[in-house]
Amino acid sequence: MELRKDYFADVRKDGLNEIGQPRPRLDSPGHVTGKTAYFADRNFPGMLHLKMVRSPHHHARIRSIDTSEAEKHPGVVRVLTARDVPHNVYTILILIQVGPEDETVLADGKVRWKGEAVVAVLAETERAAQEAAAKVKVDYEVLPAVFDMEEALKPGAPVVNEYHGQNYYLYDSGECRKVRFGDVEAGFAQADHILEQSYQSSPIEHAPTETTGCVVAPEGNDRFTCYTNTQAMFFTLDNASIILQMPGSKLHFVGGTVGGGFGGKVDVIVEPIAILGAKLTGRPVSFVYSREEEMQISSPRAAEKIVIKDGVMKDGRIVARKVTGYTDAGAYSRHSPYGAQKGAAHYPGPYTISNVWIDTYCVYTNRTPSSAMRGFGVTIGDFALEVQMDKLARLIGMDPLEFRFINAYRDGDMKAHRQPTEGAALIECMQEASRAANWPVAEKYMAMSSYRKGA
Amino acid sequence: MAKVPVQFTLNGSEKAEFIESGTTLLNALRDKIGDTSPKGGCHQGTCGACSVIIDGELRLSCLTLAETCNGADIKTTAGLAEGGVLHPLQRAFLDAFATQCGFCTPGMITAAKVLLDRTPNPSREDVVEALSGNICRCTGYEPIIQAVLTAARANSQNAA
Ligand code: FES
Ligand code: FES
Repeated sequence: MELRKDYFADVRKDGLNEIGQPRPRLDSPGHVTGKTAYFADRNFPGMLHLKMVRSPHHHARIRSIDTSEAEKHPGVVRVLTARDVPHNVYTILILIQVGPEDETVLADGKVRWKGEAVVAVLAETERAAQEAAAKVKVDYEVLPAVFDMEEALKPGAPVVNEYHGQNYYLYDSGECRKVRFGDVEAGFAQADHILEQSYQSSPIEHAPTETTGCVVAPEGNDRFTCYTNTQAMFFTLDNASIILQMPGSKLHFVGGTVGGGFGGKVDVIVEPIAILGAKLTGRPVSFVYSREEEMQISSPRAAEKIVIKDGVMKDGRIVARKVTGYTDAGAYSRHSPYGAQKGAAHYPGPYTISNVWIDTYCVYTNRTPSSAMRGFGVTIGDFALEVQMDKLARLIGMDPLEFRFINAYRDGDMKAHRQPTEGAALIECMQEASRAANWPVAEKYMAMSSYRKGA
Repeated sequence: MAKVPVQFTLNGSEKAEFIESGTTLLNALRDKIGDTSPKGGCHQGTCGACSVIIDGELRLSCLTLAETCNGADIKTTAGLAEGGVLHPLQRAFLDAFATQCGFCTPGMITAAKVLLDRTPNPSREDVVEALSGNICRCTGYEPIIQAVLTAARANSQNAA
């Protein structure tokens, strides 16, 4: 690795004890010796295995559930339905007042996506749990489903989630998150060229090598220890406490060791139901996603659609940008209202544009609920923005890298969501990229600075 | 369910257990014998996290029935360090930053061990081929390939 210390040399302290020094990772010795303890490396005598009965339909009313055959299956200890869950309707971000509660731990009366958890079976062995799950009878009345965001937003579309009432998340700003900065129409009127393009992405699965799961052990003092690979320990503890209506002091979470997360393990999905199983049976419980569940059931990155309209001058300045973004939350909110909101702040990109108009919608469809994944709300936006930047440069016959220098944000520039830019480093990154990629730009760009006045 | 006896050598020590017929070697090692270094990433033979060495051959323990291992000599990553001293492969994985979440690491090291036992001076292509059954979602593989090549060099220097 090469550290280029000439950038920011005048505003940086060197000779710090830790920063800038290579340090061995504390967890690696455990990894290479096989001693690192992942949640599934905990094994308790008498441990039960939990398997889910899942919805085979994208959208259906549940007429009835019959668990009698499953309960009789050899090895089955307990079968759980919505009735057993103390506070069955929840939403993860309620902890930071982003409601309403809109998701069921176990389906109650309705399923809204194919794969939704309906009944949990606890048995002595994985195999017995699996076999018994296959004997649960659920009578469904299939309902019309909607899979496309623009279809979902049309009047008369099937309502996916009654807790919202309409197929979009209602922000305090209305049906979408809005950014208004300058006068975008005046910007378009003044522009030499206008380019409107639309960009689309599909859901993406994180595919961690270790699947999602937890092991719960009831302790002698009426507490429950939950060994989990969650990426969000305290979110999970607090949500479990709400769902189980159990004080947090009764829950002891042990984790932090995650066999790959990438954002896919920040939802609160396996822990509450496993703790409930341990409470109702008095036995340790293991709930681990199969590889198939990891790929099909765990939240993916949201599908997005992004429409960008830019006004650009012949000299390379972008003078107006209008963006409409759509984030496909699937059937439930999870982290998507937040992801869509992040997009609203991000769509101007790392560029200073004086006239900006942004609307971003968080849309509900009958698809697998999406959630966090590495820079969610931003990553797909960056793909769209940078492709758009290349197209704009081509449109005005300018070098694409020089075009970015002209528009790059620098310290002190006001961003569209009215945060002044601080600590920008885009100019310097592009200067280094220009050198590293042997993509020369005019000398005046190599002399620019993100923070030095006049440069 | 009827139990069957199994007996094998694991990292040099004798093990004997009664298991349910049909138990995979992965589950027998992890749940019965307590060696959790082989990991279950898929339980269907596609990720390599469960790789172990049986009589010198690289095997997926999730697709191996424990009862077929009677009398076998089984080695896992947990038994690789000798007297608290890391094996050159383990050392190289540490130094090359070839582990991130670490979930694939024991399987990777096992696969690399079988390669180096047979081919002490492998080419890069040999390493890629030897690790091709092991999935790593974190590192992008390059540091792992470098670690194996480094370990091979360290080995041959020691031998010289
Ligand atoms: S667990 Fe054996 S190959 Fe994945
Ligand atoms: S280090 Fe995470 S899967 Fe390889």
